[in-house]
Amino acid sequence: MGRLIRMDSSGHSTLADWSATDERAYDAALEAFRRELEEGYIAVVSEGEGHATQVSELPPDAELVIMRRPIAGG
Amino acid sequence: MEAASAPLPELASVPWRGRENASTLRRRERLWSLYTTAHVVPFIAAAAGLMYLNVLAGPVAFVALMHAWVIPELYAFRGASVVRPKGPRHEQAEKVAQGFLGDLLGHDARDLQRDTGLALERGKLGTWLVGEAGALLVREKRVHCFCVQATDRDLPPSDRVAHLLLALRTDEEGFATVANHAFAGAPWRVRRRLDRDMRPALEKALAASVRPLPQPSRSL
Repeated sequence: MGRLIRMDSSGHSTLADWSATDERAYDAALEAFRRELEEGYIAVVSEGEGHATQVSELPPDAELVIMRRPIAGG
Repeated sequence: MEAASAPLPELASVPWRGRENASTLRRRERLWSLYTTAHVVPFIAAAAGLMYLNVLAGPVAFVALMHAWVIPELYAFRGASVVRPKGPRHEQAEKVAQGFLGDLLGHDARDLQRDTGLALERGKLGTWLVGEAGALLVREKRVHCFCVQATDRDLPPSDRVAHLLLALRTDEEGFATVANHAFAGAPWRVRRRLDRDMRPALEKALAASVRPLPQPSRSL
């Protein structure tokens, strides 16, 4: 089961859930994923403590994909 | 943390900066030591010289000594300030964000973050303490202070930490490059200027920085 979430002013919002066997749910998640990328979000797959990978496509087998805003030096 | 699979996209906003690594950080450490010495030694020499010439110049010598003390303290204060809480607290959203950040952290790091506001993360460059709008990097006998934050100012505090943590985990050297380097100096100098609640986090990071990096676990 995959989950697409966005970190935002509410804490975080779940944008989509999908499973490897449910093609329609994945397509909906993919659409939401691309929309967020167009909005300027950056997609990261969390892989446990100390590990994260930036992705530009929604990995069907990922458990958690997080959309974050860019960072900048303060 | 493992080698980054892709560089941080935010690096495109700072194309003039060379990529930070262990070597550039060592250079910064030496430069900051030189910089501090260059500020302190002339004032101490001036104070000693004045006292040698005339004991009545004592008050002026005292002012010179105060300068020798205050200037490095101001730099350390500026460095420690990068991890002070900043911005709106968003108390309702913060509860949700705190739970999410807790999921990203291991058990010990989660407790530490809740107590001190700083998330401890071990990397190849050293041990990081990530705050809402900045991070400390503990490397053996030096602490580097980086000013860096999420560009969305409406995020609750824990989400700001999570933003920085995910960027750090994605590309540690890229993270250090995007961040503005504010200070590097001895841990005791930074510790004195940290909020009391945050000091245990620095002590944990100092202890962690001398232990070998554990094998990665993939729990989330």
